[in-house]
Amino acid sequence: MKLITHNMLTSNIIKGVTKGYPLGIIPRKVEVKDVDYNPEFLARMIPNMDWSAVCKAAKDVGHDEGLPKEIAPNFTENDEFLKAAHHVLLEIDVVEGDLVCPETGRKFPVSNGVPNMLLKEEEA
Amino acid sequence: MATIRTPNTSHLTSDDIEKIYEPAEDSFLLLDALEKERTFLKELNPVVCVEVGSGSGIVITYLAQLLGNCCLYLCTDINPRAAEVSRKTATINKVQVESAVSDLICAFQDWLKNKVDVLIFNPPYVITPPEEVGSYGIEASWAGGERGRQVMDRLFPLVPHILSPLGVFYLVIIKENDEADIERIMVSYGLRKISILSRRSGSEFLSVLRFNR
Ligand SMILES: C[S@@+](CC[C@H](N)C(=O)[O-])C[C@H]1O[C@@H](n2cnc3c(N)ncnc32)[C@H](O)[C@@H]1O
Repeated sequence: MKLITHNMLTSNIIKGVTKGYPLGIIPRKVEVKDVDYNPEFLARMIPNMDWSAVCKAAKDVGHDEGLPKEIAPNFTENDEFLKAAHHVLLEIDVVEGDLVCPETGRKFPVSNGVPNMLLKEEEA
Repeated sequence: MATIRTPNTSHLTSDDIEKIYEPAEDSFLLLDALEKERTFLKELNPVVCVEVGSGSGIVITYLAQLLGNCCLYLCTDINPRAAEVSRKTATINKVQVESAVSDLICAFQDWLKNKVDVLIFNPPYVITPPEEVGSYGIEASWAGGERGRQVMDRLFPLVPHILSPLGVFYLVIIKENDEADIERIMVSYGLRKISILSRRSGSEFLSVLRFNR
């Protein structure tokens, strides 16, 4: 699970949880992979990202060093920012670990790079 | 444009095939439909592509090969084994696909609002007793309950919320699913239908439909 995907996930599928965002990450195995850099793609995706959640996730997995705390105002032309975003969103892969609901502490396992967001019937 | 080869799924083990949906005629019809839509899809210039019920991952992998690395490709399946195999299929075919275990798109629903440019679902469409719906295993591949509609009917109301203004939804159905009724529902959400491809396969008459505003 890349951090771009983490940015889209909520635990408000749990009964009684209102926001459930962002999910905490307890990493057990994190891999860093080379992914082709596509600045146009990033420029289109970044406005959809909750950047403070990106920063928090990066910190949880121990890859927040040098990460800009805010989206650069001119990000579409800011190669340095786009490259940092590329790395944090697409190259860091949580392979094993848990995602944690910020309101209930309910854990969602990530195994073999796949988060499992299924709930038991009584939780939904 | 060079033709895109069917994704390599030779890594599927016999154990995988017992537990997840092995690509079949419906999968291949969907690939053919996407190939037919290639020019349209390129012009659409999508950035977020989502497949619900990815099974082996062959369809989302094919889409990623077709459109290239200009999109986020996300797939879900209710069967954990399928979600894992989907990720593996993407990796082996050298494309970037994010895979999650989820009922439909539940845990992504808020974020996906108005953002999905391409949505794909080859649902469990076989008519079965209603109580067969709701499994997390191989039965979820086909068990569609009444009229074969019980699972897809739960996705339909979400479609108008998650599609981007120009977004498109591709759906596989069989004749028994009642195309006219599905069209009526989608029209009530402001989505019109175009039939992309149909094919008979054994006793099934399969169609791929496209819905957009
Ligand atoms: C007919 S198979 C299609 C598999 C693959 N997309 C293909 O075309 O070969 C239907 C898939 O939907 C999945 N599925 C069934 N119910 C689901 C649900 N509620 N949410 C997510 N996936 C579901 C099944 O596990 C299965 O993988």
